[in-house]
Amino acid sequence: MSSTGQPPPEPFRVRQLLYDTRYRSYTIQIFALVVIMLAFAWAIDNAVRNLAALGKDIDFGFIFETSAYDINQHLLDYDSTSTHGRAALVGIINTILVAIMGCITATVIGIFAGVLRLSRNWVVARLMTVYIETVRNIPVLIWILFTVAIVNEALPGIRSFRGEDAMSGLLFDSVFITNRGFYIPAPVFEAGSAVVGAVLLLSLAAAWYFGRWARVRQAATGQILPVFRVRLAILTVPVLLAFFAMGSPISLELPALKGFNFKGGIYMRDSLIGLWLALSVYTGAFIAEIVRAGILAISKGQTEAAHALGLRPGRTMSLVVLPQALRVIVPPLISQFLNLTKNSSLAIAVGYMDATGTLGGITLNQTGREMECILLLMAFYLAASLTISGAMNAYNRRASLKER
Amino acid sequence: MKLTTTLVAAAAAAAFSVGAHGATLDDVKAKGFIQCGVSTGLAGFAFTDSDGNWDGFDVTFCRATAAAVFGDPNAIKFTPTTGKTRFTALASGEVDVLYRNTTWTLSRDVDLKFSFLGVNYYDGQGFMIRKDMGVTSATELDGATVCIQTGTTTELNLADYFRANNMNYEPVPIETNAEAQQKYLSNACDVYTTDASGLAATRATFENPGDHVILPEIISKEPLGPLVRHGDNAWGDIVRWVLNGLIIAEEKGITAANVDSMASADTKDPEVKRLLGVEGNYGEMLGLSADWAVHAIKAGGNYGEIFEKHIGENTAIGLARGLNQLWTKGGILYAPPFR
Repeated sequence: MSSTGQPPPEPFRVRQLLYDTRYRSYTIQIFALVVIMLAFAWAIDNAVRNLAALGKDIDFGFIFETSAYDINQHLLDYDSTSTHGRAALVGIINTILVAIMGCITATVIGIFAGVLRLSRNWVVARLMTVYIETVRNIPVLIWILFTVAIVNEALPGIRSFRGEDAMSGLLFDSVFITNRGFYIPAPVFEAGSAVVGAVLLLSLAAAWYFGRWARVRQAATGQILPVFRVRLAILTVPVLLAFFAMGSPISLELPALKGFNFKGGIYMRDSLIGLWLALSVYTGAFIAEIVRAGILAISKGQTEAAHALGLRPGRTMSLVVLPQALRVIVPPLISQFLNLTKNSSLAIAVGYMDATGTLGGITLNQTGREMECILLLMAFYLAASLTISGAMNAYNRRASLKER
Repeated sequence: MKLTTTLVAAAAAAAFSVGAHGATLDDVKAKGFIQCGVSTGLAGFAFTDSDGNWDGFDVTFCRATAAAVFGDPNAIKFTPTTGKTRFTALASGEVDVLYRNTTWTLSRDVDLKFSFLGVNYYDGQGFMIRKDMGVTSATELDGATVCIQTGTTTELNLADYFRANNMNYEPVPIETNAEAQQKYLSNACDVYTTDASGLAATRATFENPGDHVILPEIISKEPLGPLVRHGDNAWGDIVRWVLNGLIIAEEKGITAANVDSMASADTKDPEVKRLLGVEGNYGEMLGLSADWAVHAIKAGGNYGEIFEKHIGENTAIGLARGLNQLWTKGGILYAPPFR
């Protein structure tokens, strides 16, 4: 609203608010704001009054009361004498776990399926089309129930590993795939494993530094170093040396059948596996379409130019097409990650105790504090979604076109 | 003077009607049917038959209530609720009464603000396990994977029981009976736990019910009964006295078949006369017609008849009367006097 060099301002009249284009947009915005705030005020007032009519107050004190129920998968110490707050925290961590696992696998599946759908190999391209179109046109809840039912019904039961002609586990009897989930060996850290860990961290830093140095060198001299092989060596050799020098401080604890179930090792529950696979495969199909759209958005001239320079198709894809495609891919990818995180709240259908299952399920039910639990749950999902979107937006700024 | 009298009378009438009849009774009468919350499907207790009509033990009590209020057992609509949704459904007014295997506990009564109106089934939590596992007692369940329905007292009892006996277990929380059943049958759980009546009902639907045993330990008291919202006293009284009426009917030998002949002046027993509306104005006190109990009993018979028809020993569920026998016959079923 710079009014410098304009004729002296006329006295302000009320009708200008409506007819003067300089003020009209403000009038409309303020009017809209008032309407929205009134709507919110009405909704909140309504909720408070109705709760009062039911004789209920809003009280978050239940968070510090004993929960009295057990949760199967808890990454924190938890038992039935812990508080409702801790139960909610356990659920939140379970949600985050499945969301992170799901986002990673969905991205991998999505990129492969998206690139392969553009393949010149007719069979591969059609197979991917079939995968994408079937998966994304069936509701995710059905996929979740379906995958868990497959795990429960198709995989061998615990009893197959028991008795005379017992099945043996995979990989020298160390991995057991059962209809209650997967039992895998767990690492056991003894004294001295900290040294191995420190060496690993140093190697990671060295590998990263080497990659950067190789890039700078390539830019300066044009020589390409075998980055992958050197990095592999940097990552493995010192760690292995440290491992044996410290006298093998890290060992594996193998799961073994004891009583009703396997004991020891890491237990990945059927519900976690089913939920994880279903969410990954479902969201992967959407990501595949986003990847395909991103690649198709890059003009064919870029590929042809890269080919003319003598780049092989693989390098053309990874060095020329994908970096440009990322600008198109990342923003819709954020929505898919958010969708996956929110879809994980369907976990309760298969008995995975996520935040909805603990805070919004058993806690809500046992305390009868619907309003409070749902508010907390909404706050959590909002915070989680905003964090994901913030992180991905930061990445998007890095990947986006830099105008210099 | 006349005007003042009229005004006072009107005010008194208004005050009286507010005091005597809560909002729900008026609502129910105005809409012409009862909205009854039942289970989403539990063999014997609440299920839909091949024609899509609701039937079962709990459902019949709902129908008897509808018959008492409207003289028609079909003046009713059913809302299937899960363990998790039932209280919200009742608190929000979506259903008028909840007849859904719901355990009477202090916190539900006091903190959730519901009124429990009696007990239509005395139950307790049990465990079901495959016979070939060779387990004969719940104390041998250390380390077992246990399927439970969430949103029930079951998961709390379970946590207490295993903690008290210093055993570990792996809880698998499931939302509905049908899914829990699938998990148990596919061997994804060793044990299925819920109220013993529910276990019997579930087992009856299995292909080979004989392959599964219900362990002898009953680890909790589960008095199941109907409930309404706090403050709904007039409406609550009706639900309570329909239930009591059906129990008294069994005590007095009034059945669906003989209720009409009993409801005549020839009957000697004064309590039967009062119940069936031949004597006194008890129907009026409840805000119902004089013959409300006749309609209620005709809907599905007395308590014993309802029990035998849906969950008794001659049905697939095969539950013994046990605690649910009349107090005169060794059980604890005891209705207050009808006077």
